[in-house]
Formats: sequence, C-alpha cells, structure tokens
Amino acid sequence: MTPFTTHTGLVAPLDRANVDTDQIIPKQFLKSIKRTGFGPNLFDEWRYLDIGQPGQDCSKRPLNSDFILNAARYQGASVLLARENFGCGSSREHAPWALAEYGFRAIIAPSFADIFFNNSFKNGLLPIVLPAEAVNALFAQCEANEGYTLSVDLAAQTVTRQDGVQYSFDVDAFRKHCLLNGLDDIGLTLQEHAAIKAFEARHKAAQPWLFAGLG
Amino acid sequence: MAGKTLYDKLWELHEVVRREDGSSLLYIDRQILHEVTSPQAFEGLRLAKRAPWRAGANIATPDHNVPTTRAERAGGLAAIADEVSRLQVQTLDENCEDFGITEFKMNDPRQGIVHVVGPEQGATLPGMTVVCGDSHTSTHGAFGALAHGIGTSEVEHVLATQCLVAQKMKNMRVRVEGEIPPGVTAKDIVLAIIGKIGTAGGNGHALEFAGSAISALSMEGRMTVCNMAIEAGARVGMVAVDEKTIAYFNGRPLAPKGAQWDAAVAHWRTLVSDADAQFDREVELRAEDIKPQVSWGTSPEMVVAVDGCTPDPAQEASPTKRASIERALHYMGLAPKQPIKSIQLDRIFIGSCTNARIEDLRAAAAVAKGRKVARSIKQALVVPGSGLVKTQAEREGLDQIFLDAGFEWREPGCSMCLAMNPDRLEPGEHCASTSNRNFEGRQGSGGRTHLVSPAMAAAAAIAGHFVDVRELQ
Ligand code: SF4
Repeated sequence: MTPFTTHTGLVAPLDRANVDTDQIIPKQFLKSIKRTGFGPNLFDEWRYLDIGQPGQDCSKRPLNSDFILNAARYQGASVLLARENFGCGSSREHAPWALAEYGFRAIIAPSFADIFFNNSFKNGLLPIVLPAEAVNALFAQCEANEGYTLSVDLAAQTVTRQDGVQYSFDVDAFRKHCLLNGLDDIGLTLQEHAAIKAFEARHKAAQPWLFAGLG
Repeated sequence: MAGKTLYDKLWELHEVVRREDGSSLLYIDRQILHEVTSPQAFEGLRLAKRAPWRAGANIATPDHNVPTTRAERAGGLAAIADEVSRLQVQTLDENCEDFGITEFKMNDPRQGIVHVVGPEQGATLPGMTVVCGDSHTSTHGAFGALAHGIGTSEVEHVLATQCLVAQKMKNMRVRVEGEIPPGVTAKDIVLAIIGKIGTAGGNGHALEFAGSAISALSMEGRMTVCNMAIEAGARVGMVAVDEKTIAYFNGRPLAPKGAQWDAAVAHWRTLVSDADAQFDREVELRAEDIKPQVSWGTSPEMVVAVDGCTPDPAQEASPTKRASIERALHYMGLAPKQPIKSIQLDRIFIGSCTNARIEDLRAAAAVAKGRKVARSIKQALVVPGSGLVKTQAEREGLDQIFLDAGFEWREPGCSMCLAMNPDRLEPGEHCASTSNRNFEGRQGSGGRTHLVSPAMAAAAAIAGHFVDVRELQ
C-alpha cells in the first residue's frame, strides 16, 4: 500500500450529498477480476454522455462538460471536497480503487458511509471528516479561487488552507499508523498468530457446532 | 452496572485481542464468498503465498452476474453470453477449487443469492460472526448473528487470518410496537424506518430491531428488515433470538444435531439484549401507523405511503435537501406533489436478497392468482432467491400462477437487483422492484426504480401503475 504522510494538491468540489458507490463506479465495471483499471470509469455516468461499457477506450468517449471533474480548472485534482454521507451504498472496494487510480489522495466531507470509510484507508486514500461549517467554507473558497489547493498532514492530523487557516481532524491510531507506514494489515494481524490460535481453541471447545464440516 | 446489548454480547464472544489503539481483532466464524468481490482477494493470497486460515469456514456461490434464463443456464459456464461475467464465475470456481473452499456452483440446486443461501443451509447460525464482501450481509443478523459487509481487502484478511480488524460500534435500537395492519409487510416496515431515520441514520451504529411487531414477523420477514439496515446507514442489523429463530434451524444441513443441538439451543437462548441494557440511541415506531410504502426518489429514504404524493421541493427549508429532492424528481421523471398511484410502470421485478424467499413469492402469487399482468407492462420478472426456494415454489404451484398471469419465471440469482447480468431497465423506464436500492442507474443506466413489497409489486403488475394492495378484492 502507498503510504500517506503529507499531501498538497488541487481541490475539486463535488457538491452533492449522498454520493453512492453505484455513482462512484457503476456496476458494469465490477466484472473485472483485477484491482486496477477503474480510474477512467470513476463517476462514469456523470462524466461521459454515452453509456460506459467495460473494455472501452475512454479517451474517445464524449465528455459531459457540465460535470465538475471535467472542467479544465480541476484537471489534476487530488483532493476531493464532498458533502455528507459520501460513499453510501455497497461494500465494493472498487469505489476507493477508482478514486485512488484517478489520482485522489484525500477526500474531505462532513460525513462518510462506514464501509466506504473503512475501505479507503486500505487503499492509501485518506477520508477526512471536517465539521459542516468548515466544509461549507472550503466549498466557497474552492469555487471562488482557480488553482485552489489544500495541504494535508496525516501525522499532525491537519488540513491547511493557503491562507494559513488550519483545521484538525480525528483519525484512529491504528489506521493512522498503517497509512503512515503503508503497512499490510494481514502481516500485522499474523503477528498475533498465537493469540488467534488460542482463542480458536477456546471457541471451539465452547461451541463445537461452529466448526461443523462443510462439503 | 447496566446490562449488555445483544451486540455487546456477540462482540465479547468474538474479541480475540484488543489493541492499545482501541481497535480489536474479531474472530470470524463464517465467510460467504461470491464472484464479484473475491477475485482480487484470492489474487492477493496467491501473491503473498498465503493459505486460507480455515478453508472450512468459507462457503461460496456465484450470484451477482449469473444469467437467469433457462437457456443460458442449461448450457453451463460456457453458455454465459457475457464474456466478462463468464470469466468472473469461472474464476470463482477455480479459486474455490484451488483453495479447498466449498462452492455451490451455478447449476447446483443449492446455488442462489449469498444471503438466501447462508441461512438456508444453516451456514449462518445464531451467535456467529458472519462476513461477506457484500453490504447486505446485515441480512444474517436476523438470526442473532453479528453480520456485516466488508470490502475486498478485508475478504482477503479474513481468508488469511480468520479475523477482522474492527472497532466496536455504538448501540442503537429501533422498536416497532403494536399490531401490523393487514397488507403491510416486513418490507414496508423497514422502508418506513429508513424514511424516518434517513439513509445515514444508523451510521456508526449496530442496529437492533425489536418490539412486538418485529417479534411477530417470520424469520423471512426479519431477514427482509435486517437486509435493509445498511440502507439506513448501519452495517449491522440484528434481531434477538427467540423460539422462531431456533425452530428455523432444526434440520438444516449445517445446523448442529443431537446433544450438540441441545447445547447450542441453550447458548442461543442467551442471545438477547438484557432488560437493563443501555442503547446510545433509540427510535420507536408504531406498527399501526405504517402503510404500504413506495419509494419515489433515488435514495431509499425517499419513500412515502402508497396513498401519498411525491414531495414539493418548494416546501423544503434546507437548500441541500431541496436540491436533492429536485434532482431526484427530475431523474425519476416525476412532478412535485404527484400522486404515487399515478405512476405508470414499465417493468416489474420480484426478487433479490431482500424479497426472494418463499414467503415473498407466496405473497406475490396470492395477488397474481387468477389475474393478468397489464398489457402496458413490458416485462414482469420473478427470480427466486435460490435453487431450493425455486423448487419449493414449484412444488406449491407458484410458478404456474405466475406464468398464467404473464410473469416470467427465472433461475436464481441477483438479476435485475443490480443488473450485472442481462436483466435490466432501459433508460427512462419505471420499475416496481422488491429489491433494496433505488440509486440512479442501479437497475440499468437511466432506469427508475421504485422499491416496494412483493405484494405491492404484483399488484402494480396487474394494474400497470401503483395501487394500494389493501384495496384489492
Ligand atoms: S440481490 Fe442485490 S443487493 Fe442482494 S446481494 Fe444480490 S446484488 Fe446485492
């Protein structure tokens, strides 16, 4: 996993509440058996005027010029500004894969759906919850100023505006540690091998039916 | 000290270690796998040269993009017309074979939607932790299990370690008290709950459904309610164990037998929230107030009773909400204050992990019996949730009732719930659907989904527009 330490990047404002995972990456793209290749289909239905199919060359498709990410001034954006309950809907990890592959490193919103929030951390994508007033202020600034950037410092847990105004955000210690160091969760868990084995033995003694064979 | 909630108990029974940072390793008893969210997890295992921790804790079945027509199914894997779908189903077969995981393959009679198959086989049991790379895993909470959806990285994590890194959620209880009026179903109850608390109402909480109206529901009905907990923002939905729960498992293939059955039952009876348990949030609804529900917009919280109208954005004070109502009405091709009964339908979908169990098919068939699907309806699909549900329905003659009325009777799978297979809406079409999500494009690009109960979907098929199932003679 790509570590996340600090990041300064161009901000794109997506002014919609309840953006769901079907919008982030429509289901026809979930048929892939790979982890990559989803970036060009991020927000497919909003981004293009035609109906997207897997395996297309997206560079030849007609773009929806009304969609914010297609505006010239937001090309190369790496920080997404969003509204409440971002990422609601399905558990598809394809959503953070698509956002990360597109080039986003951080998403700032007043709230996120739980599964999406969790999935993001595992893919080097930092979801940041800021109070609604702060998000409103960022939207206003971002829309008013072309080339608007923000700086995120995960270790310090801060988002800093160009004018120096700083917001702090919460992040749980374990997720922060993994993201800062780009650590693989599975490797870390397997360090507790003995504890898992001991638990499993007790659990099986107490409820043997949970271990009934399948087949 | 205050008593414990059901969630507290399930959590404690599975906590392997608590780390200093407040996260825990939670032991997972059962993982259910399907073709869409597992290939990258298996690929990860292979790359890291890891083996499953306990292969027997997993079961798999393809559901999301298997075809549902007889013709395609009869030809087996090779007959799946969509190349990418075929590759996904085939990849699941290969992965299960390579890693020694039991799979109910596409044409196995036990195949079906993961959330129908798990309980049906007794692969889900009370007191278990159950995960699946699918957000509607909350369904399994109906049995007093701790069950929730996970992402693909976590699927790999559970395969490799039998654990999940988790953080304890808060406790929330939704009580539905009183008598359920005739014509009102579990689906209407859960839609009414979501309408009340909103799609983010349960974020960060494990949600227990309780109260006399929930106890009165069958296990199928409780599954429908828990299924949609995620649409209220809660990853976990649960109902406490009672005698109905226990009776459900008697004789299931993977349920305990003999002396183990007795020991299990004694344990299962403890899986209830203590009388003095404290919840961080409580919400109460009166069952008598609930009418058959229809969603009018593009989020499951955009619901209204069938005798109601679409909202008027002009009446909404919050600008963000006003904009989302306007956008939803526009997408749905509906006017403000439009009566729900005036919405004309193009397609009907009876199926999905929300409403494709035997009780759902019986309810729809009871309405369809002796009637005909309206001529204006282009297609009315009935897709059973599993091969076993299908066989049972056929034994009861439900398939014939549907066919006589002009419905199509399909092979089990997710089908038009998310339209990854060829069953889908055309742009602009309205569909009365028993599924769980009415997001933009969910059932096909530009498609317009209205969430309803199976009886309401069948009634809409007959009338060609929404009708109040309570008024049918
Ligand atoms: S039926 Fe629909 S909601 Fe349920 S698992 Fe399948 S796709 Fe998901």
